[in-house]
Amino acid sequence: MLEVNHLSISFLQYEKGLKQQQLKVIKDLSVSVHSGEILAVVGSSGSGKSLLAHAILGILPTNATTEGTIYFDGVKLTPEKKEEFRGKEISFVPQSVNFLDPLMRVGTQVRNAARGASTSAQRKAFERLRLAKDVEQKFPFQLSGGMARRVLASTAMVSGAKLIIADEPTPGMDPTVIKEALKYFRELADSGCTVLMITHDIGAALEIADKIAVFYAGTTVESAMVNDFSGDGRLLRHPYSKALWRALPQNDFLPIPGSQPLPYANLPGCLFEPRCAFATTECRQDEPKPREIRNGIVRCIHAT
Amino acid sequence: MLLEAHNIGLRHPNGHWLFRNLSISLRSGEIVGIRGPSGCGKTSFARILSGYEQPSEGVVLLDNSPLPKTNYHPVQLIYQHPEKAVNHRWKMSKILNEGWTPDDHLLTSLGIEREWLNRWPNELSGGELQRFCVARALGPKTKFLIADEMTTMLDAISQAQIWQSVLDIAQKRNLGILVVSHDDHLLKRVCSRVIEFHNISYK
Repeated sequence: MLEVNHLSISFLQYEKGLKQQQLKVIKDLSVSVHSGEILAVVGSSGSGKSLLAHAILGILPTNATTEGTIYFDGVKLTPEKKEEFRGKEISFVPQSVNFLDPLMRVGTQVRNAARGASTSAQRKAFERLRLAKDVEQKFPFQLSGGMARRVLASTAMVSGAKLIIADEPTPGMDPTVIKEALKYFRELADSGCTVLMITHDIGAALEIADKIAVFYAGTTVESAMVNDFSGDGRLLRHPYSKALWRALPQNDFLPIPGSQPLPYANLPGCLFEPRCAFATTECRQDEPKPREIRNGIVRCIHAT
Repeated sequence: MLLEAHNIGLRHPNGHWLFRNLSISLRSGEIVGIRGPSGCGKTSFARILSGYEQPSEGVVLLDNSPLPKTNYHPVQLIYQHPEKAVNHRWKMSKILNEGWTPDDHLLTSLGIEREWLNRWPNELSGGELQRFCVARALGPKTKFLIADEMTTMLDAISQAQIWQSVLDIAQKRNLGILVVSHDDHLLKRVCSRVIEFHNISYK
């Protein structure tokens, strides 16, 4: 349904005066989702999760250049196709509540964003997400952060799109609403919709997703099945995924030292090598290629 | 030391009370969690405790005297959104040293790379910025820390990293911490007791 192959994104930046440089922020990224599936993309902030969403929709800033291919439903997504599909076939739940039009009542806004969805569909979605009846008559500034997020999420639910891309749909909502929103996404997927959910909340991802892609420093280090995230994380393939799992407060709450390399760093070998407890000299030499292991894909030469 | 809030209430200009009769006490070395649905006034309460906002009624006392209005504030607040808590026209080194000069050891334990000091805030991710905000708030005169959804926007590894060093410092310096969060697992992990927001306030 959705296939992203070897996607790279770089930004043209001014260094000093008129000197420009290309800054590669996403390198060789591949993900694929089938229809009826939910793929959760997890990873640290600054790992390029949102950029992936923006690249699929074609809403990157003008100084960005992309390489690689994106296929949607067998059609290669060109800038023209992206514009045609946006809002119809592909619906987007943005991360920031600033994406709402400050001068439009939210009910109208949701119906417009879903390209003429019916009022009853919009009301039904609002009801599901526990938004009171008078909310549709309100302007964005009259809503609390959690309510604004629910309004954003409802856009995707009434759109009837085949692919929903949700960028951090849950933070700021309270647990009961999160549960309802996630259930809604699951139902949409079960009715044949494809959902790409970008999140750092692994708990939420595990609840509804079928597959999980782990991002680190602008690349996919692993794609795993949901069941691999269990117990002590033994089933996970990449040391970063294991560390991420073990760092959860419900697990060991154990951090690993260091921080994600910046895009300027230009490491020749594995991007995780400086923080990895199992790194060897080979890790420093070549960029690890994606390998298939136990029904998952991993980018680590030591993974078994 | 003892940080106490007595019958705190906050009223909107239109006369509607957000909360009333809110009382809480926090001792040095104690880590207490507060939980409640979104929009119930947790952040406003955190702002009142750290002196950013005046309550409509009630008082906040630190060792039986009101919170100081000048000099270094002994109750420091860490916000949920670090990008809104830093000056975007300052470089990171200036932001970090605004209140005091953190030593190398603290920077290392929080995972702050020396190279970041020469950057602008928009060149760092939220998790990286939050480390600076935490380091900035941990001056030697800080007695209490209010962590308002401190790590909600961060990934699990950054969250664990920041919390482990904060807990470590809190233990060494006998700081009291009030943790505002939605994450039950986190509250269970770091706090000695957890309070439901609506159990301590009556409208």
